[in-house]
Amino acid sequence: MSSSATRPRRSRRRRAFSRGDRLTLSIFVGIPTLLHVVLVWIPAILTILLSFTYWTGINFGDITWAGLANYDNIVTKTPAFYDALRNNVIWLLWFGFLATPAGVLLAYQIDRQIRGHKLYQSAYYLPVVLSLAVTGIIWNFMLRPDGFVNGVLGRDIDNAISFFGNYDINIYVIMVMASWRHIGYIMLLYLAGLKAIDPTLREAAAIDGATEWATFRKIILPAMRPVNIIVIVITIIESLRAFDMVYVIYGTSAGLPILGILVFQNIAGEGASMKGAAYAVILFVLSIGPIIAYLRQQFREDVS
Amino acid sequence: MTPLRDSQVLKDRAISIFIGAFAMLWVFPILWTLWSSFRPYKEIRARGTFSMPEEFGIFNYTDAISRMQLPTYLWNSFIITIPAVFLTLVFGSLIAFVVSRYSFKFNVGMLLLFTAGNLLPAQLVFIPVFKLYLNIGDVVGDRRFLYDSPWGVVLIHVAFQMGFATFVLSSYMKTIPKEISESALVDGASVLRHYWNVMLPLLRPPLASLAVLMTTWIYNDFFWALVLMSTDKKRPITSALGRLQGEFVTDYNLLAAGAIIAALPTLIVFFVLRKQFVSGLTLGSTKG
Repeated sequence: MSSSATRPRRSRRRRAFSRGDRLTLSIFVGIPTLLHVVLVWIPAILTILLSFTYWTGINFGDITWAGLANYDNIVTKTPAFYDALRNNVIWLLWFGFLATPAGVLLAYQIDRQIRGHKLYQSAYYLPVVLSLAVTGIIWNFMLRPDGFVNGVLGRDIDNAISFFGNYDINIYVIMVMASWRHIGYIMLLYLAGLKAIDPTLREAAAIDGATEWATFRKIILPAMRPVNIIVIVITIIESLRAFDMVYVIYGTSAGLPILGILVFQNIAGEGASMKGAAYAVILFVLSIGPIIAYLRQQFREDVS
Repeated sequence: MTPLRDSQVLKDRAISIFIGAFAMLWVFPILWTLWSSFRPYKEIRARGTFSMPEEFGIFNYTDAISRMQLPTYLWNSFIITIPAVFLTLVFGSLIAFVVSRYSFKFNVGMLLLFTAGNLLPAQLVFIPVFKLYLNIGDVVGDRRFLYDSPWGVVLIHVAFQMGFATFVLSSYMKTIPKEISESALVDGASVLRHYWNVMLPLLRPPLASLAVLMTTWIYNDFFWALVLMSTDKKRPITSALGRLQGEFVTDYNLLAAGAIIAALPTLIVFFVLRKQFVSGLTLGSTKG
């Protein structure tokens, strides 16, 4: 793109635009860009500004400068923030060390075309297309007091394990549900990348007598670098932004505080305050790293 | 060599059985929900979770359709999802077309703007969008012009998802030889014809994949319809399920039937259009 050979052609082409073409081009670019900027970028910037103000979200005249007060309130006076942070960190660790690696290994085995791989692939992929609302209902069937799991454990409704109500275990119960979907998603992404790997690499490794594990670690993983980055980024972003599944199970009540729910509680409905904006900004700041990593990966060729 | 092979065969069999066992565990919750949806809840309460069915049939489904008014909610989902997917693809392909076929200085910047915008958290933009919708409503004299209207939800989906579509389509267009465009320009084709007659036909495969992927995403979206709509009867089925769950908590098996009905469109994607869904996902993750 930066080579000088394209320069003359570019200017020739630009001169070739008729007035009609110029109009068409500005409409082609203008309308989508306007919509995107007005509904995404400007609101994002405004939310960041609003997070430094006091406002009930009704009259613009009532906005007053608050400085860091909203953030101070969150950090020093809101214990739920730390509970949420803890849960999001558990979420991230669980996804990062269990669900995502499981999805990757699964993709690797299925790509080797082990017996039954087609059927298995479909089974793991099925939850990916379901909405989190449906997923919530399905798992409620398994885990509620008179559900399947309590039935298998031989507990009747009076001494059933409360999987969603017990604060010591409910985050892990939610993690199992979230992994149910996440593993299949990662598997699909990774499988696509694996298909692009030269099969002779693997054959050569097999002839050299490399074990499966060594082949995976020394040949497949390095060759999959771009996909690895995408998968890591997706894992982090999904862990930070988790919302739907917890909302479906608990509503807005503090059944299981996570950042996504705290933002929602403070911005939606009657109790809107700019503390919600501050929460949203915190959520955003935490995900800036992964966003930049993703963009760098995807735009490497364009920028250099 | 041979003993190594043999041990590998054995190992592969073990791996296959292990993954297969988990695969059964994976589909089991869905099958259990499906099974339960054909049974009355009172029978389960009376005779236990694992009782053999006495009554078995589609009564929960007919009940769900009439008592939960699922057709209304399904219809709401369609009138949000279909225009949103359509507009996303139109806008995404327009930007991708200009960025990849005409060399302007701002090309990379534009692509970055759209791709990064797609990654911003929804919560970060909600408050101003909500205010904007209400104010536009006041200006046109109808408070529910965008807020609490399917169009408001459509627009925010389009604004967000356009970023992904633009990114995917422009990477695809980079793989289409420039000569095709050049010959169109030599023939004196206008920009409009260049887009409509030359590029669009070539974009069919990624457009099909994106359409399937976007349909699933937008249909399954929960957040926007929840916060930008206040009238429950206007909500799409995914968001409505949350409230129905509270209302029908006393009849779980009815709810199961409702969930299966709500999942039907995405299950069709799973069984019929899986190729497009998967390739749509991949288009975004691995370039080209």
